[in-house]
Amino acid sequence: MTNADRMHSAPLQKGWYARNEISVTPWLFLIPAMLMFALYVIWPISQSFYTSLFEWDGLSEAEYIGLANYEKLLTRDRAFNISIWNNAKWLVFYLLAIPGGLFIALFLNQTVPGIRLYKSLFFFPFVISQIVVGLVFTWFYDPTFGLFNGIIGIFGFDPVNVLGDPKLATYGIIIAGLWPQTAYCMILYLTGLNAVDPEQIEAARLDGAKGLKMLWYVILPQLRPATFIAFVVTVIGALRSFDLISIMTNGGPFGSTRVLSFYMFEKSLSEYGFKMGYGAAIAVILFLIMLLFIGYFLFRMYQDEKAGH
Amino acid sequence: MFPKPIEKSTRSTQLTYQALLPFALLLWLAPLIAVALFAIRPAVDFTTGNYWGMPSELQFFENFGQVLNSAMPRYIMNSFLITIPTVLGAVSLSAMAGFALGIYKFKSNLFLFFMFIAGNFVPFQILMIPVRDLTLDLGLYDTKTGLILFHIAFQTGFCTLFMRNFIKALPFELIEAARVEGIREWQIFFYIVLPLMKPALAALSVLIFTFIWNDYFWAIVLTQGENAQPVTAGITSFNAQFRAMYHLMSAGSIVAALPPVAMFFLMQKHFIAGLTLGAVK
Repeated sequence: MTNADRMHSAPLQKGWYARNEISVTPWLFLIPAMLMFALYVIWPISQSFYTSLFEWDGLSEAEYIGLANYEKLLTRDRAFNISIWNNAKWLVFYLLAIPGGLFIALFLNQTVPGIRLYKSLFFFPFVISQIVVGLVFTWFYDPTFGLFNGIIGIFGFDPVNVLGDPKLATYGIIIAGLWPQTAYCMILYLTGLNAVDPEQIEAARLDGAKGLKMLWYVILPQLRPATFIAFVVTVIGALRSFDLISIMTNGGPFGSTRVLSFYMFEKSLSEYGFKMGYGAAIAVILFLIMLLFIGYFLFRMYQDEKAGH
Repeated sequence: MFPKPIEKSTRSTQLTYQALLPFALLLWLAPLIAVALFAIRPAVDFTTGNYWGMPSELQFFENFGQVLNSAMPRYIMNSFLITIPTVLGAVSLSAMAGFALGIYKFKSNLFLFFMFIAGNFVPFQILMIPVRDLTLDLGLYDTKTGLILFHIAFQTGFCTLFMRNFIKALPFELIEAARVEGIREWQIFFYIVLPLMKPALAALSVLIFTFIWNDYFWAIVLTQGENAQPVTAGITSFNAQFRAMYHLMSAGSIVAALPPVAMFFLMQKHFIAGLTLGAVK
């Protein structure tokens, strides 16, 4: 007896739920998640768009000013320019985590005694909170006692105050961020490598492929799912960077390490007064940038869904 | 390098590789090892400039004892009281939502699913002002509950993606067979799907535990003081209190990082299964 038969043969005296079970049940199971998600995620997004059209200190009456916040941001705000430029740096250099992770994964993908422990210990930085990573690297860079200056001192370089130099500070923070992110990509690739088909490799080897050629033409195509996920999480991570900046430099020196996410927070909730409308406008711009990537991810997933069924 | 198993190479290559491993690890974890070494030094080493030489004295217990005598245990407790309810809440909500989206075919299914995914990717800043206002309006500002509710809602996005894909991969014949047996739809969830979801539930719980424990942004947006702040935010006040006392700040960082690290090493298999979902087809 199929479902349809059973539903048709259900006697009428059965309750409403029994008759509509298959169409109603999914909604019953979805409602709690949907309510929470709508209240805390979907609705706030639209509210931020709305708030960005006002001048508002969070307390007194908000004043409608149209697109003036955006106009000021895009034409007259130097800090905004620096932030968006730094976001671009984050995006580009953070992606180094992908080849870095691949390299370590290839290095560790062997079977020798104790390799499992090595893999876990290499992954370690990802488990620690970014706050602790930030502190660790702040001390690592410290001009008086940091390990970093100790190391470059061995090679005869003068001490560098990485985080105190407006030209270097952002790169210093990105390197701190790359540490856990590379570990993340590494674990994605290690799992991917487990699933690589040994027969294909053997076949390629018989054909004379080895080294980089083998990697490029045989291994990497099989690692595409891992690369895609690594790309997604790295881009999201780069645009979300906030914790490290907040802990390591607090946006300084001279505002040189701000990114949009940090600048937005600073404008909206800092000691210089609450500029909620202006902050919301920054958030909207960051959101729109992110939306480009989200759109791309969803498009890829949609294609997978269609291909899968 | 990879494609060639090391067993097939010469003896000397094997030995070089095995010697290289600990060296590479040491290099990789150097910043962390430095902090661990700081944490056992006495204060006097920092005033005399003895940062990297032999510690003049081992002060492991003194330093960590002092951390435990500060507000730190309070913050750690807050972190647990925020993280555990969030894990339970997000995992249950998303198990249900994942069941609905993975088993049933209805018109808006894919749309809702993509909504959850998209929401999970949005920058926090677009939510910040409205969520802070909402929390204030609900009278939950600077409470653990306020933080928990938001975390549950936000994590539901990622968790639903995870759960739905897991459930979708279960053999559908099981559901059909149950229906033929006349089992109620809601019973299918509790008696058939839920028991099969154990690995996904474990993986997700460990992962969310780490994510929430390590959250800093929402902690500083939605909480303020010792009553509610988790350890990621608390550590900044701890550091302000012990400014320039690097041995204590190092010990404090280690204590703050410990629970997710312990979780990871205990539940490694689940953690990695959670993290790499989708990385293998």
